[in-house]
Amino acid sequence: MARSTSKDAQALLHSFRSAYAATPTNLKIIDLYVGFAVFTALIQIAYIAIVGSFPFNAFLSGLLSCIGTAVLAVCLRIQVNRENKEFKDLPPERAFADFVLCNLVLHLVIMNFLG
Amino acid sequence: MVGKAEPVNGSVKSGSNQSIPATMQSPLKKSDLIPNLSLKTLKLKTKQQELLIRVSILCLVYVLAFITRLFSVLRYESMIHEFDPYFNYRTTLFLTEKGFYEFWNWFDSESWYPLGRIIGGTLYPGLMVTAAIIYWLLRFLRFAIHIREVCVLTAPFFASNTTLVAYFFGKEVWDSGAGLVAAALIAICPGYISRSVAGSYDNEGVAIFALLLTFYLFVKAVNTGSLAWALASAFAYFYMVSAWGGYVFIINLIPLYVLVLLITGRYSMRLYVAYNSMYVLGMLLAMQIRFVGFQHVQSGEHMAAMGVFFLLQVFFFLDWVKHLLSDTKLFQAFLRITVTTAIGVGAIALGVGMASGYISPWTGRFYSLLDPTYAKDHIPIIASVSEHQPTAWSSFMFDFHILLFLFPAGLYFCFKRLSDATIFIVMYGLTSMYFAGVMVRLILVATPAVCLISAIAVSATIKNLTLVARAKSKVTQTGSVRGSSSSKGSSKASLDQSQPFQRNGAIALLLGAFYLLSKYATHCTWVTSEAYSSPSIVLAARGAHGNRVIFDDYREAYFWLRKNTPPDAKVMSWWDYGYQITAMGNRTVIVDNNTWNNTHIATVGRAMSSYEDEAYEIMRSLDVDYVLVVFGGVTGYSSDDINKFLWMVRIGGGVFPVIKEPDYLVNGEYRVDKGAAPKMLNCLMYKLSYYRFGELTTEYGKPPGYDRARGVEIGNKDIKLEYLEEAFTTSNWIVRIYKVKPPNNRWERTMFHIYLGTVLRYHFQAMFHS
Repeated sequence: MARSTSKDAQALLHSFRSAYAATPTNLKIIDLYVGFAVFTALIQIAYIAIVGSFPFNAFLSGLLSCIGTAVLAVCLRIQVNRENKEFKDLPPERAFADFVLCNLVLHLVIMNFLG
Repeated sequence: MVGKAEPVNGSVKSGSNQSIPATMQSPLKKSDLIPNLSLKTLKLKTKQQELLIRVSILCLVYVLAFITRLFSVLRYESMIHEFDPYFNYRTTLFLTEKGFYEFWNWFDSESWYPLGRIIGGTLYPGLMVTAAIIYWLLRFLRFAIHIREVCVLTAPFFASNTTLVAYFFGKEVWDSGAGLVAAALIAICPGYISRSVAGSYDNEGVAIFALLLTFYLFVKAVNTGSLAWALASAFAYFYMVSAWGGYVFIINLIPLYVLVLLITGRYSMRLYVAYNSMYVLGMLLAMQIRFVGFQHVQSGEHMAAMGVFFLLQVFFFLDWVKHLLSDTKLFQAFLRITVTTAIGVGAIALGVGMASGYISPWTGRFYSLLDPTYAKDHIPIIASVSEHQPTAWSSFMFDFHILLFLFPAGLYFCFKRLSDATIFIVMYGLTSMYFAGVMVRLILVATPAVCLISAIAVSATIKNLTLVARAKSKVTQTGSVRGSSSSKGSSKASLDQSQPFQRNGAIALLLGAFYLLSKYATHCTWVTSEAYSSPSIVLAARGAHGNRVIFDDYREAYFWLRKNTPPDAKVMSWWDYGYQITAMGNRTVIVDNNTWNNTHIATVGRAMSSYEDEAYEIMRSLDVDYVLVVFGGVTGYSSDDINKFLWMVRIGGGVFPVIKEPDYLVNGEYRVDKGAAPKMLNCLMYKLSYYRFGELTTEYGKPPGYDRARGVEIGNKDIKLEYLEEAFTTSNWIVRIYKVKPPNNRWERTMFHIYLGTVLRYHFQAMFHS
């Protein structure tokens, strides 16, 4: 049972990797960015689990900065992906401008909230 | 209509560009193009005309929404209404005088004596900041205007803006016709007017605008999948959070909507973009309001939004992996693993959060929304407010009129043409209708939805009817034009046979619709003028000869307080009048309408329902200098303190079991005449209300001491006050103010005892000696 599960997982990983290799480079860059943001968020969660969340607003702004960045980047990724038919009308430049605007607002608010 | 019959060109927007070369070319081309060309120019003109008509209708509606709310200003004067608006007015005044930072850090020692209140941290500043910005803007443009005028006109101004938002919302959900009808309906809908007449300077006036704007922008974001619209929606949400506690409705409705879309299989990338960016940005922005603070991550009421946020992430991730992996069997295995972990982690997080008290449980108000009987059993202070009562059918009819039965019709049309936007409006309509049934004041939240859905019904019906009514002329025209083609002509003719009846029916129905809509307009105007335009601080009644009698007793009393009492005097009254006393009388109060401390209110309730000597002890401990009661026995004003008294007993008894409600009732009946309970006849409230009332003849042919508000002769006409003395009674006796006497001088008392002792000793000695 366990062996078959691990074999399954291996097959899964393998096919996943091969499928992912076909992704365009610009999307891969965004993926890396998202992965980094999520990783930073996880570090912060580990930190509060060990040390505590005392300046709660600072913790929240740090965490939300990461989550917000990740979510916005995923949105950008959706919008610039050519395979998504829903966003055919949206030029990638416009999508990127929206992304920058949202990030600007996000981080200005976070700076205010950081205390 | 001729232009519509002929399909000239597909794209309407580019019509103006194409028409110019067409006119240039036309003389060169064949002559049979000429009718086509004239049709084209005609169509152009109708397009322009339509735009012109639409803009002018919107302008008229904008103006109408403003002026229909001015009845109260014309009837009375430009003043603030009711209770809560006085607090808003006072804080706005403070904001414009002292500036934003002082306002943000304001500790108010004039209310909740001796506790005080941190105003900056316990209010929604949106309304005050809005009014102050309008005020500063007008001052900058050199309009010398008083802040009171700005405050009075803020609500009508925002109602006008709401009509614009309703237009765009209707356009987004259905078409521009429905948008226009929605704007017109919401401009005069009594359910909305009730909270937005001039002078009703309350959070709701601004908040409904913000609510509708948030929803509109969110639907727009879902339809376009654009980050910019989602950002705009987050800002609208921020404004809503800053203005009103009702934002909880948004933060629960939108996740519910997303969930419904997920379940019905309407999940799309656009939805993901719209919801997630709106949620993250909106939540972060909302945390900047101090009164809301960390509630978005800590309180149970906001957890649904967060849950849906994570759910969407999982959903998106799965979707993505499914897209990458073409092998379904592998994906099944993956799905199983991911879903189990996701649910497990979510459940553990929620459980740990609840158990550790990190996530606070739902508040009483929230419970009372889900279960209408909850407040009645558990929280008398919520149940005591008249606007928290369940809604009666009559008030639905009163506030919605024909919209009440247009609403289901609109729902039918929405279901017939399901899209992401119509699903949203249907869900908004249904949930808000439920809440409107639970609490009277929430009719306000339902009003925009009801107006929009009814507008869809009206617009769609009228459009269909006019199509039917016009069809005949079109058919006959095309029939006459194309009469040469025989086969088509015959079929048209057979169609013609069935048309006349349909057409007449359609015209009759159209007339009926216009009759109903005009009835709605007259009803709305009547309701606005009769029911919703009274300031309730100045009362009006009809005199014996049909003339209008004004009772301006409240302001008389508050002015007296301001002028005749020491500046640091503390006034005790029931909490309803707290805001008005601080705003108009400028004196410290014990409790006010911000009912954050139940015990403190219960103490006042206990004092009011105790005997005078016990009440005196309580009042001494609270440093009370004056007691203010509202009494309607002379004028027949029914919402006075005697009618509210049972709530004082209940709230007082909820904290202090010494006070028992049955002591004030006789056989479960509340009465003030001779048959009243002895405790009732001698409690402080009774004594203060009816002091020296027994000497007064209020109505011809009735005995003295006849209470006109309750229609009985009072039971205790000979009231003696020992610890208080009458300080001021207004001209119609509506407000009565009593001064709490200082305690007797101890030195005098001891001197008297010594004197008495000597006299007695002298007498005894005289007796013994004789």
